[in-house]
Amino acid sequence: MFDLIVLSVFNGLIYGLLLFMLSSGLTLIFSMMGVLNFAHASVYMAGAYFAYSLTPYLGFWGALIAAPFLAGLVGAAVERFGLRHVHGHGHVAELLFTFGLAYLIEEFVHLVWGRNPLDQRPPPLLDFPLFTFAGIDFPAFKVFMIVVALGMFVALWLILTRTRIGLIVQAALTHPHTVGNLGHDVPTVFTLVFATGSALAGLAGVMGGIHLVTNPGMAQALGPIVFVVIVVGGLGSLAGALIASILIGLLQTFAIAVDASLADFLRLFGLQVTRATPGWEVWSITLAQIGPMLPYLLLVLMLMLRPRGLLGSRDS
Amino acid sequence: MTAERRRALMPWGIFALVLVVLPHLPGFGSGYAVSLLSQMGIAVIFALSYNMLLGHTGLLSFGHAVYFGLGAFVAMHAVRWAAAGLWLPIPLVPLVGGLGGLFFAALLGWPSTRRAGTVFAMISLGIAEMVVALSYMIVSFFGGEEGINGDRTKAPSFLGFGFGPQIEVYYVIAAWCFASVAAMYAFTRTPVGRMCNAVRDNPERAEFVGYNPQVVRYVAFMAAGFFAGIAGGLNAINYEIVTAISVGAATSGAVLLMAFIGGVGHFVGPVLGAVAITYLQVSLSDFTHAWLLYFGLMFVLMVLFAPGGLAGLWFMHAPILRAGLGARLIGPYARAVGPALVLALGAIIAIEVNYRVSTRPDLGTAFEFAGIAFDASQPWVWLLAGSLAAAGFWGMRRGLGPAFERHASLMAEAKGGGAP
Amino acid sequence: MTHRTAIVAVLGLSLAAGTALAQSRGTVKIAYIDPLSGAFANVGDLGLKHYTFFADKLNAAGGVNGQKIEIVPLDNKVSPQESLIALKKAIDDGIRYITQGNSSGVALALTDAVEKHNARNKGKEILYINYAAVDPALTNDKCHYMHFRFDADADMKMQALTNYMSGRKEIKKVYLINQDYAFGKAVAAAANTMLKAKRPDVQVVGDELHPLGRVTDFSPYVAKIKAAGADSVITGNWGNDMSLLIKAAKDAGMELDWYTYYAGGLGSPTAIGQAGRDRVKQISEWHKNVPSPEMEALVAEYERRFNPPGATGTYNEYSFMRLKTAFEMVTRAMAEAKSNDPVKAAAKLSGMKHHTEFGEVQMRADNHQLLQPLYVSTMAAGLKYDIEKTGLGFRTDDRIEAKDTALPTTCKMNRIG
Repeated sequence: MFDLIVLSVFNGLIYGLLLFMLSSGLTLIFSMMGVLNFAHASVYMAGAYFAYSLTPYLGFWGALIAAPFLAGLVGAAVERFGLRHVHGHGHVAELLFTFGLAYLIEEFVHLVWGRNPLDQRPPPLLDFPLFTFAGIDFPAFKVFMIVVALGMFVALWLILTRTRIGLIVQAALTHPHTVGNLGHDVPTVFTLVFATGSALAGLAGVMGGIHLVTNPGMAQALGPIVFVVIVVGGLGSLAGALIASILIGLLQTFAIAVDASLADFLRLFGLQVTRATPGWEVWSITLAQIGPMLPYLLLVLMLMLRPRGLLGSRDS
Repeated sequence: MTAERRRALMPWGIFALVLVVLPHLPGFGSGYAVSLLSQMGIAVIFALSYNMLLGHTGLLSFGHAVYFGLGAFVAMHAVRWAAAGLWLPIPLVPLVGGLGGLFFAALLGWPSTRRAGTVFAMISLGIAEMVVALSYMIVSFFGGEEGINGDRTKAPSFLGFGFGPQIEVYYVIAAWCFASVAAMYAFTRTPVGRMCNAVRDNPERAEFVGYNPQVVRYVAFMAAGFFAGIAGGLNAINYEIVTAISVGAATSGAVLLMAFIGGVGHFVGPVLGAVAITYLQVSLSDFTHAWLLYFGLMFVLMVLFAPGGLAGLWFMHAPILRAGLGARLIGPYARAVGPALVLALGAIIAIEVNYRVSTRPDLGTAFEFAGIAFDASQPWVWLLAGSLAAAGFWGMRRGLGPAFERHASLMAEAKGGGAP
Repeated sequence: MTHRTAIVAVLGLSLAAGTALAQSRGTVKIAYIDPLSGAFANVGDLGLKHYTFFADKLNAAGGVNGQKIEIVPLDNKVSPQESLIALKKAIDDGIRYITQGNSSGVALALTDAVEKHNARNKGKEILYINYAAVDPALTNDKCHYMHFRFDADADMKMQALTNYMSGRKEIKKVYLINQDYAFGKAVAAAANTMLKAKRPDVQVVGDELHPLGRVTDFSPYVAKIKAAGADSVITGNWGNDMSLLIKAAKDAGMELDWYTYYAGGLGSPTAIGQAGRDRVKQISEWHKNVPSPEMEALVAEYERRFNPPGATGTYNEYSFMRLKTAFEMVTRAMAEAKSNDPVKAAAKLSGMKHHTEFGEVQMRADNHQLLQPLYVSTMAAGLKYDIEKTGLGFRTDDRIEAKDTALPTTCKMNRIG
């Protein structure tokens, strides 16, 4: 039992940190520009495919730098030539633009790389079991992912709090108009934030493409859940995104690990629930089945009870 | 009957006539056409119900399919009860679906509509994902991965119709389509419908006048849920199967596209969007494997350049056409659209060649497209595509400015009635 | 005004729809309804390549009854609902033959819809060629005259697999992990009852059902398998659900014996690599190392065509012997009926005996289930043919004769025509 708990914490942590890599950029974009960027997970997918194509030429380490950079360029172009023009038509138009873009990126991936999943392996340097716990190997690459995600958090946090551009971004999070009135070039800051957010998504893609599998469905698999992370964590809050990501990661992993149903839960309180009990079908649902639902339940409850999220500075 | 009243009713008469006559026109009687018309009818109701939220009340929902899908599930259960002996002829099943949609909208609507804006949008997304997850859990209602199916011909017959053939189902859909469109139009004219607009435009002022914005949003939400449920019920009869897809994100996304492409600012917008997108979905896939890509491109271009949708485009030009100034648009428009077509041709060649190479490598690089022989391994193909696109882009950029100017000046002229 | 716009649009677009109705005549169309996008796109793509291959070969030889075969791919995203939309499209196009294989959930919906269509539209009946959906219900309670299955059902395969397992004393604790839908549940049910009958000493330490095609990381499941102390896993998983499961187990360094239905292709051998040696077992109607010069030549021809020089991406592997059998038997039935009418072909197909290089096969007349030899095989090194360039191939452990695969059926069907 103890083994399973430790294994689940580890697995949940990795999933959560992958979510964090994706949502850190999105939370900045969303809170600054108010854009529900539906294409964010698609940029993550693009990052994975860029890395796949670049690895034969640059090696893994080269691709680790180049793929996020390319994703950042895509992000900058999207903001500069697309989003900025749609801005005047309101938030719905902006959102629909990213919605269409997500569509386009997926089709572009089909066009260039086909529909089949592609196999990406970790680089030889990281392709070994780092340590073994309870008879299960922990691949070095997974530990590397944890290091990268935490490093990303620290770096972003330092940039946001210690640099001039970071301070402008922070100010723009809460008072975008005031920042503009003070003479800062808000549009350029927007482009920069969008590009950085996309690059971070691209980096997550390089990791996710190897950790999971590089396939055209990988954007849809994570798309909606990153919104849960940023809303639950609180708009514009990096720490909130980190906490929410890990929370959701653990929630989903533990739901699978625990073979319990509502009926078992009620039994703890001495209530006997059997096949004959009305609504047996509902009582017999296992936690593993409920797992996919939990993040969204969290989202709805959070929006109803505390719309600013865990650590947010203002309401969504 | 006054002339004015006659004029107001005439479009409805024509609408009804078209719905009745359409499948009997030459070329429309085939199975393909009747199926397509049936799908369009369902989509029209669904898209209009969505616009009760987005266009009329200003609520952006990512989960409208929930009420469509749940209505469909309820309706499918009703079909099964009818097959088991309950007296419920098929034409009444959509009403059951509508009541199902209404019930769930009433249940989930109150927490959803407490706020508008992003909070509403995110709650709708969360609820939609929860319902999808639930649909795989509660097998007795949703049927799990397989969904539930039923046999519409086992229900009691109605006026001698058994509803086996598609054409009989089409007339059920057409009747409900007419009734629903009329009811939704009427809704926009009621005081509640007007209050929806007020809440959309300025919730504080609406509250000041004495209306609780949440109650108004809630009423609109339930009405939208009811009509979405009717559409869902019709869908259940049409396909005789309902699965988790019906409540899923793809369906919610599709209805958003229809409403937006059609134009959310006008009552007819979603009708146009539903008809156009259903047609494209069904027919484009016959012409090209890359149809989703073209679809996405068209959508993004619409958002960028015509955020008012198809209806918006029409109303941008209607005054000019009515003033008889349309001919003066042709020249400047041709100079912009011509190069745009060249650009499109270049893009299409590049996309088709690429698709061919990436999806069917076994067929080699040589192939025929639009009657011309291509070889993807030859650089000239790419050069041709690239130069067509570049030349088209250059020409279009030169042409767009004058076209917009001419449109603006003609618009002013038309509005000013030609007076200086 | 506004309403008139709508009407004009309806009219205009519908007119366009009408004119788009140009149909080609003089071909026999077979609608291929399988996933061509989404999580299982690779699986659908593989079957489509096989069909294209056989259709092209037959057409080059003159077709059947003077008509060419045309395969019409229709994407169903492995959704029963999308499949019925695709079926409707096929019917509207006048297509009379459909084929599908991936997901029994889809198959159950399709077979039901085909039966309804056939009952409502006399003279326009559709014949359903099922090449891979193996829920036993399809040839038992849900059987009907125009549905023909060319793959052994889940029970027949589990019968063979558990017979093989009954002789392996090292198996002590078995973990069942399957997809949460008709087929996965059928595999789990068959494994539970058959193991209990043949190996009462074996303990089933886990019986897991996971969502179909929606799991991206199987690590939590692998942790559970480990915690349960299993030494063997039985799984009916296919497509990405198979390769991701096996990849997660390999990353965790688990030493398990795998008793599988579909570990033999679509990235699973690549994902597990050397770790699968002597550990991954499969039950199938064929594998590349069953000796047969004729089949080996065909496989080589297929792989030459779909892996042209310079092609990148996954290596396209010939995978389905049964698809060759299905194609041959259906076209032979048409030829013998001297008609491409599906009802006449069905009459010939029902009960048909057919010669293959691996022995005689027969389409049972009582439930339209094909009886064919089955092979239990193990992934091993040093064989004549490897798979996905891994250096590992499959080696036969056991061959089950066609007649020995038959199981009793509850099917009652009414002959048409």
